[in-house]
Amino acid sequence: MTQPIIELHQVTKRYADNTILSNINLTLESGKFYTLLGPSGCGKTTILRTIAGFTDATTGDILFAGKRINDVPANKRNVNTVFQDYALFPHMTVAENVAFGLTLQKRPKSEIAERVNQALRLVQLADYGDRAISALSGGQQQRIAIARAIVMQPQVLLLDEPLSALDAKLRRQMQYELRDLQQRLGITFLFVTHDQEEALAMSDEIFVMNQGEILQSGSPVDIYDEPINHFVADFIGESNILPGKMIDDFQVAFGGHQFECADAGIPVNEPVEIVIRPEDLTLTDLAHAKLTVTINTQLFRGDYYEIAATDGLGNDWLIHSVNPAEDGDQIGLTFRPQDLHVMRFGEKEAEFDARLETYEGTEDDRFDET
Amino acid sequence: MIALTKRKTWLYFIPYGLWLALFVIAPVALIIYQSFFDLGHHFTLANYSTYFASATYLKMTVNSVWYALLITLFTGLISYPTAYFLHQLKHRQFWLLLVILPTWINILLKAYAFIGIFSQAGLANQFLTFIGIGPQQILFTNASFIFVATYIQIPFMILPIFNALDDLNPAFINASRDLGASNWQTFRRVIFPLTLPGVKAGVQAVFIPSLSLFMLTRLIGGNKVITLGTAIEEHFLTTMNWGMGSTIGVVLIIAMIIVMTLTGDQKPKGGAPR
Repeated sequence: MTQPIIELHQVTKRYADNTILSNINLTLESGKFYTLLGPSGCGKTTILRTIAGFTDATTGDILFAGKRINDVPANKRNVNTVFQDYALFPHMTVAENVAFGLTLQKRPKSEIAERVNQALRLVQLADYGDRAISALSGGQQQRIAIARAIVMQPQVLLLDEPLSALDAKLRRQMQYELRDLQQRLGITFLFVTHDQEEALAMSDEIFVMNQGEILQSGSPVDIYDEPINHFVADFIGESNILPGKMIDDFQVAFGGHQFECADAGIPVNEPVEIVIRPEDLTLTDLAHAKLTVTINTQLFRGDYYEIAATDGLGNDWLIHSVNPAEDGDQIGLTFRPQDLHVMRFGEKEAEFDARLETYEGTEDDRFDET
Repeated sequence: MIALTKRKTWLYFIPYGLWLALFVIAPVALIIYQSFFDLGHHFTLANYSTYFASATYLKMTVNSVWYALLITLFTGLISYPTAYFLHQLKHRQFWLLLVILPTWINILLKAYAFIGIFSQAGLANQFLTFIGIGPQQILFTNASFIFVATYIQIPFMILPIFNALDDLNPAFINASRDLGASNWQTFRRVIFPLTLPGVKAGVQAVFIPSLSLFMLTRLIGGNKVITLGTAIEEHFLTTMNWGMGSTIGVVLIIAMIIVMTLTGDQKPKGGAPR
């Protein structure tokens, strides 16, 4: 494994009695796209600020390429930030903004001009150097903020909800551009957002946070398919979360029936929660049904119907279906064993990973045979 | 209905319109009118030719501008760091209030207080005697005039600078640090340029009134410095040459317009979208 570029060891941040971050551990490898994802006030921006050097950690170490940088001031750190409100200097032109950091380094004029041009070309605003900041649209300001940061050739770029001020269409376009930029430049991106779609679309790895803690980290697919607890399952994507009970390895009971599932290593009869994603539920006739539900309402979402239904025990179900259903109809639902994901109450990420290890090899074999 | 609304909006203009007509337009018009008449109430341009040909008046003008410049400079040198420091404090609105408090007291009262402090047996000389220097002539010197004028003007400079610092988005400071700027570089290249409008407002609030200070020149400066303000007072109250007094008034108004133009808002840098 290569040397991690950024490491946080047991970082805690407190203001008086308020704990903003508690015992944060994270490792960022060079050249990857990381996302800190969580609701507002969960501490994700504070992590960014401790790495940038705008905020001190109360306890714990921040390492850059293996060296402790807690006491290195912000202007001496080889990281740059794209701010949420861009923070472009209004008394300077676009080119002067982008050149700001280089002029501080007293680089030769020709080099500055060359690098500024290159950065502006990279964000597709090559002809905008002479413009006033106030003459730019939100999307253009966003790009200039990125150009101003990457012109410094940082090893790590910190992005603090940089897309939150843009409209939906522009935001999607910028997601592609950011991802593309990160891969072309090969620098590490640490992106902060509360938008789970954005996180899933762009990241190599996501850290899901809540109330000052990292709840789960992993690839977007891992986090989506195997959320560790109710919060993560609910926060990432839409989901049906039901109370249930573990019957045996690969057997779980919920909604009054017993089902085959893909999870094991949980004590028998332990109360658990079961997650089923709405798109994993398939409408079927009553003869093939694993569960029977009554349709309440449905909304046409363009590429699918969002159907709300209730089962015999009063549990609500959310179903994404290509085909419409009739309001008030009784209809059957079916799903595959691997579509169920079982979550234990209070299980930590390390325990979850360890449990997965014990049966992961057998899991794939089981479903290959069936 | 629309006509009614329009008439109502027009009604709101009446107090402002009256104020403008009675206290701005009319006095300025009267001063300009008066400045074209000599002592015998004959129309003349002589007041202006006298003013610009006389070494006394020109020296007085240079004096006024010079002392106003000094007062503004000292006020600025003290006010910017003070405003910057106050702005860092936790209960900054309270500390700011303490700075503003002296402005509620009449300027003449403060001038008389300084006469007491600076006089031969005053507090300042008692202190000088105590540390062994012995009593000095403090009152009726140019230095004491500048000192008291600066003291009186400081709150009017601190306030706009403080407000400009308050309006400054702290993200700009973080961005500057993030791009490698030291504290001093951040101040010089980001904080100061972005709070310059506050400094300009402060200069306007201090420099222009300082041009026509006249009570302080007499009470504290001992009439050693004759400013344009003193000259106007003399012409209107002593020599009764209203025409000449008005001419100096017009010169002062023109000086104010020049200062306003110089310290006015400049166009933002860079071009507009094509």
